[in-house]
Amino acid sequence: MLTIKDLSVSYGAIHAIHNVSMEVKDGEIVSLIGANGAGKTTILHTITGLKKANSGSILYDGTDLQKMDPSKIIQLKMAHVPEGRHIFPDMTVVENLEMGAFIIKNKDEIKQKEKEIFERFPRLKERRKQLAGTLSGGEQQMLAVGRALMSSPKMLLMDEPSMGLSPLLVKDIFNIIKEVHKQGITVLLVEQNANMALAISDRAYVLETGNITITGNARELLNDERVKKAYLGQ
Amino acid sequence: MNPLNIKMPKEKKVSYVINIFGVLAIFLLLVLVFESNFLGGRTTYIKGICTTACYTIIMVASLNLLTGFMGEFSLGHAGFMSVGAYSSAIVTNALIGSGIPNFFLFLIALIIGGFAAALTGIAVGIPALRLRGDYLAIVTVAFAEIIRVAFCNFEVTGNGKTMSGIARLSNFYWVFWVMVVCVTIMYMFVRSRFGRTVKAIREDYIAAAASGINVTFYKVLTFTISAFFAGVGGAIYAHYMTAMIPTNFNFMYSAEFLTQVIIGGSGSLTGSIIGATFLSALPEAMRQFSQYRMLAYSIVLVLVMIFRPGGIFGTYEFSLTRILKKLLAKIKQHKSDDKEKHS
Repeated sequence: MLTIKDLSVSYGAIHAIHNVSMEVKDGEIVSLIGANGAGKTTILHTITGLKKANSGSILYDGTDLQKMDPSKIIQLKMAHVPEGRHIFPDMTVVENLEMGAFIIKNKDEIKQKEKEIFERFPRLKERRKQLAGTLSGGEQQMLAVGRALMSSPKMLLMDEPSMGLSPLLVKDIFNIIKEVHKQGITVLLVEQNANMALAISDRAYVLETGNITITGNARELLNDERVKKAYLGQ
Repeated sequence: MNPLNIKMPKEKKVSYVINIFGVLAIFLLLVLVFESNFLGGRTTYIKGICTTACYTIIMVASLNLLTGFMGEFSLGHAGFMSVGAYSSAIVTNALIGSGIPNFFLFLIALIIGGFAAALTGIAVGIPALRLRGDYLAIVTVAFAEIIRVAFCNFEVTGNGKTMSGIARLSNFYWVFWVMVVCVTIMYMFVRSRFGRTVKAIREDYIAAAASGINVTFYKVLTFTISAFFAGVGGAIYAHYMTAMIPTNFNFMYSAEFLTQVIIGGSGSLTGSIIGATFLSALPEAMRQFSQYRMLAYSIVLVLVMIFRPGGIFGTYEFSLTRILKKLLAKIKQHKSDDKEKHS
């Protein structure tokens, strides 16, 4: 579904990503784990077009994403949940969801989608008229996921959904990801919380200072000595 | 996507009718004051202040679209105003003898002024809106200076001397309604899907882009609309002053508009109306101190920043409908209280 080949990205003279190749197949949950500054977010931003690559290719369902404007990517049914809960704080929960359905012009369809999201996240329904900035961290993350689902994506890019959340909420969020996946949405998950990410993923890539060092089946990686030592604190 | 074609809910219709009556009442009051000669010899003078207030309202409200709703600073609004002023003046000078009634000539001037400024807005906006915050502010200052220097050197704009002899087409009654129409359109823009999209970009451009919003397009669109109304304001200015010099549209003038936006409340169009009205009437009312105007502005600005950081109105919109509703509710309450007393 998504194939990245020999991708290199730099910020000025600093090379952030060196020749990274990875692949996400239809129906998988793939996680990309790594420490702070390894370049995980850079890869996601390059996929969505927020950052331009130096070389390499990104193919999504046969379309080259490199020449695309970030706002066009969502029309290919790929939704991005940005890092750090990028919601619209001064807009209400409903307005946030409506912005997520920006590319849908049909009003009834938007209403229908909204209903689905509220069914999945009853907490958001309770707070539908509330300003998004006044929600708790976990609710904001739910809203960010809900907003991404408004466009009926086939693939979801999640950037550090566990960031700044309590362990209990992290569990909730990962359950949500699992549920979303069950409905047939492919997920590319970028995480620092390697333990949680590996537990729900099919496959994983480990990113270290811009290079992919380890890759394989998520269960195997959970028992991999190097991964254990570096990321799982065991 | 014409906002006029959207089916209006009943409540909205009622609110529109109430506001139209409100505006009409103000207009009739002003007509009464001016026509009854109640002010005697000062009528023309007061009328002039009101005209100034009207085009200042258009300028400040249009700048508020940028600062309040898009969240970007522009310090070159007077530049767009001068584009509108000069282009419309050139066109009316060419058309003046051709027998077109004054009213239509004035409309043509407004439209030409608006479109000329809007085109400049697109030209400046496409490269400049890749920048954000302070950098954009610097570019807009530079733009206004370039325009000013260019107009100082073009022959058609008077070669740096005063361009005079422009037909006096602006009269208060027309200008008042032009202002009402402009503010209404801006208000509808802010309340529309476009307006909400622009607000989303202000709040988080990464999330906006991820939701499928073409950030650059909407930014340039807002910038262009803002420039259009600045051009309309400039056209009114040119045909009211009948003479102008490029140095009128200097940095201080742009800064004045920005001050008024901030004092009125960035994000509130009604705040802009109040801010522009008071701050354009104030220096006239205190004529003898008029050279201290900028000093007074800065003091007011500091005070506002200390006591009301969001401006006098903040993002609050003054609503006639809401006040009427509250009044009606009170009257009803009163009546039922009376009934209870009697029974």
